[in-house]
Amino acid sequence: MPDGLFIFFAALTLGAASLLVLSRNAVTSAMGMILALVGVAADFFLLDAYFLGVLQVLVYAGAVMVLFLFIIMLLDTEDPARAYPWKKAAGGLAVFFLLAAGVLWLFHWSGAVPGTAAGATPPELTDNPAEFATAAKAFGRLLYTKYLLPLEIAGLLLLTALVGVVSLSKEAPAGQA
Amino acid sequence: MENTALAPHLILAGLLFALGLAGVLVRRNLLVVYMCLELMLAAATLALVAFSRFNRTMDGAVLVFFVITVAAAEVAVGLALIVALYRRRGTVSSERLDVLRP
Repeated sequence: MPDGLFIFFAALTLGAASLLVLSRNAVTSAMGMILALVGVAADFFLLDAYFLGVLQVLVYAGAVMVLFLFIIMLLDTEDPARAYPWKKAAGGLAVFFLLAAGVLWLFHWSGAVPGTAAGATPPELTDNPAEFATAAKAFGRLLYTKYLLPLEIAGLLLLTALVGVVSLSKEAPAGQA
Repeated sequence: MENTALAPHLILAGLLFALGLAGVLVRRNLLVVYMCLELMLAAATLALVAFSRFNRTMDGAVLVFFVITVAAAEVAVGLALIVALYRRRGTVSSERLDVLRP
C-alpha cells in the first residue's frame, strides 16, 4: 500500500491537473498547472530523486510557468461568442475514462507490473555501472562521461532555441504584414 | 536503500497523461492546450523516474534531466510561435484558426 504522503500529493496533483483542464479562465489554468508540477516534484522527492525534484520546481514551476503567465496576460485570450461544443467535451471525457481504465487495468489488476507491494525486488541487472544515487554528484559524473555527447547537443539546442525565439519575435518588416 | 512500490507511481503518471490528453482534445485556447501538452510530458518523466528508481539505475533519471532541458527550449519556441500567430490573426482560439492561407 502506498503511504499517506504519496496519497496526499497524488490527490493534489490530480486535483490541480483537473483544475488546469476544466477552468474557463486561462490564468486559473496556469495556477493549476503550477500546482500540478509542484505535486509531480513532490513525487520525485518521494522517489528519492531529490535533484530532479528541485530541478522540476526551479525550471518548470519557476521559469517555464512564469513565461506562460506572461504570455497569457500579454495576449487577449478571452474567447466568448461561440457556444461550447458539448459533443467535443463528451468525447474528451470518454477518452479520459478509457485511458484511465486502461491504466488501472494494466498497472493494478493485470499483475503485469512487478512490485505492487513495497519492498518487491527489482530484476537483477547484470551490467549496471550507474547505481541509483540521490546525490547531484551522480548526475554530474554520468553527464560528463556516458552522456557527454547528449549534453553538448542539449547545449546547442538551447542556443538554437534562443536564436530562433529572437528571430521569431522580431517585428516583421513593413509591407510583409 | 529500501525499494519503493512501483505501481502507484505508474498509476499516477498514467492518470496525469490521460488528463493531459483529454485537455488537448477538449480545450480551445491554444495556450491551455500547450499547458496540457506539458502536463503529458511531466507524466512521462514521472514514469521514467519511477522505473529508474525501481530498477536502481541512474539512466532514467539522467534522461529526465535531458527531457526537462528540451522542454524548456520547446516552451520558449512554442510560445514565440503562438505570439507570432496572435500578431497575425488576432486570436489564439483553435476554432478560429481554421484556414491555411496567411
